[in-house]
Amino acid sequence: MTFGILAFGAYIPRLRLQRKAIADAHGWFNAALKGQGKGERAIANWDEDAVTMAVEAARDCLTGQDASRVEAVQMASTTFPFLDRLNSGVVAEALNLGQDLATADAGQTQRAATSVLMTALRGGPATLVLASDKRPVKAASPLEMTAGDGAAALLVGAGRPVATLLASATRTADFVDHYRTPESEFDYQWEERWIRDAGYMPLVPPVVKACLAKAGLGPEAVTRFCMPAVLAKVANSVAKAAGIPDAAVADNLHAVCGETGAAHPLVMLVAALEEAKPGETIMVVGFGQGADVLLFEVTDAIADLPARLGVKGHLARRKEEANYSKFLAFNDTIAMERGMRAEADKQTALSALWRNRATVTAFVGGRCTQCGTLQFPKTRVCVNPNCTAIDTQVPEPFAAKTGTINSYTADRLTYSPDPPACYGMIQFEEGGRWMMDFTDVDEKDLAVGQPMRMMFRVKDMDSQRGFRRYFWKAAPAAVTETSGRA
Amino acid sequence: MAKGIRDKVAILGMGCSKFGERWDMNAEDLMVEAYVEALGDAGIETKQIDAAWLGTAIEEQHVGKSAVPLAVALRLPYIPVTRVENFCATGTEAFRGAVYAVASGAADIALALGVEKLKDTGYGGLPQRGRGTLPNMTWPNASAPGYFAQLAAAYRAKHGSAPEDLKRAMAHVSVKSHDNGGRNAKAHLRNKITIDTVLNSPMIAEPLGLYDCCGVSDGAACAIVTTPEIARSLGKRDLVSVKALQVSVSNGTEAQHNSWDGSYFATTRIAATRAYQEAGIAKPREEISLIEVHDCFSVTELVTMEDLHISAEGRAIHDILDGFYDADGTIPCQIDGGLKCFGHPIGASGLRMIYEMYLQMQGRAGERQRKDMPRLGLTHNLGGFPHQNVCSISIVGRYEG
Repeated sequence: MTFGILAFGAYIPRLRLQRKAIADAHGWFNAALKGQGKGERAIANWDEDAVTMAVEAARDCLTGQDASRVEAVQMASTTFPFLDRLNSGVVAEALNLGQDLATADAGQTQRAATSVLMTALRGGPATLVLASDKRPVKAASPLEMTAGDGAAALLVGAGRPVATLLASATRTADFVDHYRTPESEFDYQWEERWIRDAGYMPLVPPVVKACLAKAGLGPEAVTRFCMPAVLAKVANSVAKAAGIPDAAVADNLHAVCGETGAAHPLVMLVAALEEAKPGETIMVVGFGQGADVLLFEVTDAIADLPARLGVKGHLARRKEEANYSKFLAFNDTIAMERGMRAEADKQTALSALWRNRATVTAFVGGRCTQCGTLQFPKTRVCVNPNCTAIDTQVPEPFAAKTGTINSYTADRLTYSPDPPACYGMIQFEEGGRWMMDFTDVDEKDLAVGQPMRMMFRVKDMDSQRGFRRYFWKAAPAAVTETSGRA
Repeated sequence: MAKGIRDKVAILGMGCSKFGERWDMNAEDLMVEAYVEALGDAGIETKQIDAAWLGTAIEEQHVGKSAVPLAVALRLPYIPVTRVENFCATGTEAFRGAVYAVASGAADIALALGVEKLKDTGYGGLPQRGRGTLPNMTWPNASAPGYFAQLAAAYRAKHGSAPEDLKRAMAHVSVKSHDNGGRNAKAHLRNKITIDTVLNSPMIAEPLGLYDCCGVSDGAACAIVTTPEIARSLGKRDLVSVKALQVSVSNGTEAQHNSWDGSYFATTRIAATRAYQEAGIAKPREEISLIEVHDCFSVTELVTMEDLHISAEGRAIHDILDGFYDADGTIPCQIDGGLKCFGHPIGASGLRMIYEMYLQMQGRAGERQRKDMPRLGLTHNLGGFPHQNVCSISIVGRYEG
């Protein structure tokens, strides 16, 4: 048994906002944005946040893994939807990991994820390390152009790792390149050239060298250098200063995704692992009020990892979005007139949520031990008209099942942040069905019999009380041929 | 099966308010409007009523809970008054309560009154409202048209119907109801429309356009019932009696068990079979003279024609396009304009349908009166959603005892 990264996964939301749409909207005001109107950035759907994206990345990571072996969940983000409610606890509940679990949230810096990963790799419980960010951006800000939404997941523990840690190093420095407070809502950033010249360049290379020294390796040994940095060529300059070959510098996914905040070091690591061959050496850097550097060696086991979507597969699961005002509306950046129907009270009875958490959060239904009928939700009396036995059902997880559309509609009357509201009856082949919301779907693609997979999403936002409730929705199952590791 | 209530109860009088956007009326005013007509028609006084039932569904928009609002509005003399709610079957449930009271002998004369005041929301369509603590967490954020629209997808998939054929038959349903509503002074919508009006109307919930959806209206309707013997003793002739009253309620099979394909109403099929049995009807297509069904949406009416065992399965499109259900067809459906055009004040709708049967069977339906006076009429309400609902069916007819 060796300790290391046992599996990896990622999640990039399906919508890709065309940067040209942003540039076209704001070029009149800030001419500098015109030159940045190239490529696309991933944007979360209205019903996605750091928690839901972390759930998807975790499910991707756990493909083919025994989820019951997970002993801890640690989630890193600077955009946790809840300030005082354990966000990793929501994720763990959605993943149906049980209560015999250690959980913690880590935030407050862009290197939160690398710090969590470093700790998890010291040995100890099998830990699901999650990183997810959906950064708030001001209209016409540079960050609006460069940021992207996304998440990554790593399963760390003892077993047959796909990558082992050779060494790590860390430094702390209260270098404030940007900050966000509860009062400020959005990032406030200092001059980019200063961040490069006084931040990255003096702070990162010494930590890289220290890490290499601990591993007893020279810089030329690094085959993939994963360092998020928005400013062009900064990663190359840091690599050069440390002696790492320029060819090793990994693409920061700016053109196709944008920088996914605290998740980005792990997103880049996952992207590297998807391509790496056994024996390769991958370096990951997290930068934010100091720097974390981790050095991995890829093992033979990587060839045996079951196929997953990963970064590559999720990038292929893509829909171009040229409607910039939709992005503004999804994020409440502009005050939309949502109509009287949106005023309906969305209060959640927290006592009922707790009582029904298996149904609502984990999407667990029932299986009748008398007649075998699968059903959702789990109830006292079996739904099979020829059975109706009482208290015979055992829990039956539905989240991983693929269903098909039995009936559907695209509704323009009911309130939806993204009309038309698509929903319908989803039927599971082995038994069970539920009338549910659809997500990540286009009206024209709806058809009876279409296969649909379950995704954990925001069900409603309670604007009166600042609460958001989650439930599962159906999304088209056939997404892409591309997989992160096949 | 129980013996049933066939011919045990007769209608003594009925009333119905004008339906529509009654901006100048409270629910209480609408109740009185329907009640005054019914009381005059029955030829009795308030003090002769032994018990009353109030049917209203979305009470939070108007009168609030309990039966008190009816007792207060009509100044009922401290008699037992009960409030019922069962989705869109609410009006028929109020009627059932009154009819059962008379049939049991507990009351000689009983009142059923349904009312709804839907136009105090500030927007079109039905009021948004909660569905219960747990359903709020797991049900889709759906509207009524969105639920019913799904019948079309499942119906097309089951019968291989071309979308345009189904849509055209649905359009015919609406055109027919607008024609009929034009001949009804109490109807909410009285304008004539064409097939193109329906086909080109704005989409509400695929494939239901604006003209596939019924009106959302204010209104009230009222029935006073008694035994045939008492009715005769009060000087009534040409009695209309209750032949059957059936209710079937989903038990979660359609919503949770894969035995239902989504293209029909399981409850309607069961309630119809039981109602025909209770009324002694063997061949509904030949014996029923008039039907009023719950055409909340055009597609609901279409599939209901099959669920009532009048059109053969998969044949409703053809019967509808052939004019079988037109006002001058074999079995007119919604000769008063239906929910579509008479309007749909939820609690009143079931009683409004019986009101039309009552008028038609007494030759009092004015310019929309059928030439051959109907002998047996069926009314049908469907509350909830195709996958989870309450269906009520009543059959009334001329009393021949």
